[in-house]
Amino acid sequence: MLQRTLSTRRRLGGVVLQIAIVAAIGGLGYGAAYNAGLNLSRAHIASGFGFWNNTAGFDISQTLIAYSASTSSFGRAFWVGLLNTLLVGAVGIVFATILGFVVGIARLSNNWLVARLAGGYVELVRNVPLLLQLLFWYNAVLKSLPLLHGSMALPGGAILNNRGLFLPRPVFAANFSAVVVVLVGGIICAIGLTVWSRWRHQRTGANVHIFWPSLALIVGLPLIAYAAAGFPLHFNVPQMGRFNVSGGLEILPEFVALALALSVYTAAFIAEVVRAGVLAVSHGQTEAAQALGLRSGQTLRLVVLPQAMRVIVPPLTSQYLNLIKNSSLAVVIGYPDLVQVFAGSVLNITGQAVEVIALTMAVYLAISLFTSLTMNLYIRTVAIPER
Amino acid sequence: MRRLATAVALAMALALGTQAAAATDTTLAAVKQRGELICGANGTLAGFGMPDPQGNWTGFDVDFCRAIAAAIFNDPQKVKFVPLTAKDRFTALQSGEIDVLSRNTTWTLSRDTSLGLDFAAITYFDGQGFMVRKALKVSSALELSDASVCVQQGTTSELNLADYFRSNRMSLKSVTFATGEEALKAYESGRCDAYTTDSSGLYGERLELTDPSQHIVLPEIISKEPLSPVVRHGDNQWTDIVRWTHFVMIDAEELGINKGNVDAKLKSNDPETRRLLGVEGQYGEALGLTNDWAYRIIKHVGNYGESFERNIGQGSPLKIVRGLNALWTKGGLQYGPPVR
Ligand SMILES: N[C@@H](CCC(=O)N[C@@H](CS)C(=O)NCC(=O)O)C(=O)O
Repeated sequence: MLQRTLSTRRRLGGVVLQIAIVAAIGGLGYGAAYNAGLNLSRAHIASGFGFWNNTAGFDISQTLIAYSASTSSFGRAFWVGLLNTLLVGAVGIVFATILGFVVGIARLSNNWLVARLAGGYVELVRNVPLLLQLLFWYNAVLKSLPLLHGSMALPGGAILNNRGLFLPRPVFAANFSAVVVVLVGGIICAIGLTVWSRWRHQRTGANVHIFWPSLALIVGLPLIAYAAAGFPLHFNVPQMGRFNVSGGLEILPEFVALALALSVYTAAFIAEVVRAGVLAVSHGQTEAAQALGLRSGQTLRLVVLPQAMRVIVPPLTSQYLNLIKNSSLAVVIGYPDLVQVFAGSVLNITGQAVEVIALTMAVYLAISLFTSLTMNLYIRTVAIPER
Repeated sequence: MRRLATAVALAMALALGTQAAAATDTTLAAVKQRGELICGANGTLAGFGMPDPQGNWTGFDVDFCRAIAAAIFNDPQKVKFVPLTAKDRFTALQSGEIDVLSRNTTWTLSRDTSLGLDFAAITYFDGQGFMVRKALKVSSALELSDASVCVQQGTTSELNLADYFRSNRMSLKSVTFATGEEALKAYESGRCDAYTTDSSGLYGERLELTDPSQHIVLPEIISKEPLSPVVRHGDNQWTDIVRWTHFVMIDAEELGINKGNVDAKLKSNDPETRRLLGVEGQYGEALGLTNDWAYRIIKHVGNYGESFERNIGQGSPLKIVRGLNALWTKGGLQYGPPVR
């Protein structure tokens, strides 16, 4: 009884303390905002977000959503920049993860040359500042690509030069959605088929061959639907102009350089994280797996990695966060990310440093928190259930 | 990155400080007490503001700060120059890091009203131009539809570029960089067909290219770029000092007073000359300076024309002609109100 009241009281005290802390932080934040407003008006500097709907007036080289210098607002420019940041962050994370896992595992390889190469990669990349690497890649990308007039024609109508890679852009006619529906249906059926065959394999030991039926479901059916719908897909093929390539889907060299630099750099750190994670799994596990007759690839995939993931994921998360934050180095090579567009052009044109910087910081905070949250959810799925 | 740091510092100062940069003391008092002027300058623009390999700053905009220092301290060396990119410059001034910004900065209405800053006087009448490779065989900016154009961010150039292409119904592919150097490098590497900025800047930057003769400046001037030194809003005495520093340099040129003859001119009978040089009247003291303030400027730095020719005119590699910047008596726009 006494114990109960004690712990209730302690819990109550904890809650009160937490409320007090939140209130204090809120009060500080409010005070800072109020004070800033006062100081700004005293210095005759405009304040507030009144600029948000004003016409931006500047051009942006890569826009994932419709944007025009003459009609779009500063607010629209903000979203353009944010999407560009998310795009390069997502692409960077995917490639950094793949490369990082490959290098990390290669470093533990029994093959002397492979292990040394992986080790050399990690040491070289980790010890050169990212900014230099970025400039290196940008210049390497730009210099190695042909000038406009020596443009390389790639198969399928794609064009490559130092203005970017121009791919044929798919243009979907209205009834293309029917094909998509059939494709999704086919994929669902194929998954069902796989689950069923596994289930049968476990129950009866019989092997059902599902490759051809799956292929028919995923590729064959949609193709038939595509023909039936009257081939509703066309390509906007890029054309050479006097100064530039027009039409098509454009991938800027700035984007390629930034994604490359971020992936290569972060992969070196991820490789170390992966190596540490794999080494943390006791060697007995590998021996046991091999004693059961698993091949080394299977041992890695089925026994070692799942356990290593528990060690790998937390530091991996912070590498992802680093990558996203490092993407703001985009400014030096002219890739229009959030910092370049919003904390750059918009800040300069409006002069509203306080609002713009505060919002930019809030966005990076939100992206980071979201990434951590996702990774924490993922940790739960890889956690080995305690028995 | 520096720019971000400055912006963050300003944000912090505004949020946490009890008083913004326009402190209790006047800028003049602060400068005198410190013993030197802190001047925001370009840092990479030949002819206007750039340190030489020994670290001595030279240039047209630099000389303007030296003139202010000469007026206050009778010593043009008492200036500390802070190199600023187009993006850093206003924040540096707002936060009080510099006393005056003398860095090819265009006077616009929005900058004048919403930044808490004031523009003192138009020291250079400029306009925006384009540079292209000769090999492109383009003779007018109107042929640039679809071209990639490298431009520096946070400049009026960025905005004029979009305006010009829109009003001439041309399609634009601009590539924007944080500094002029990066934009120029990208242009040189072939990333862009054209590079655009103030034509004053084009003169200097063309000479930095590996082979300047391969590049030409197109004839079109697409904007008005009145370049002016900038100060914080609200310190009128300081604004007056900066503004009149420019005016007396113009007046001196008009009166034929220069570095070489200024001592002799002290004995002149011409009333305008006598007022300007402080032989007669208390004009300097009215500004909070000494009465020989203008004499000091001419003695150490020279008149407007001398500074122009030495840094960007015929005495320099840039060879810019006076054009709009000739005296009003010679068909230009430079006009100094009278000292009286
Ligand atoms: N006058 C324009 C442009 C001034 C400007 O920054 N020009 C460029 C090109 S001449 C420059 O000085 N760049 C040098 C740098 O920032 O590194 C403005 O005030 O916005």
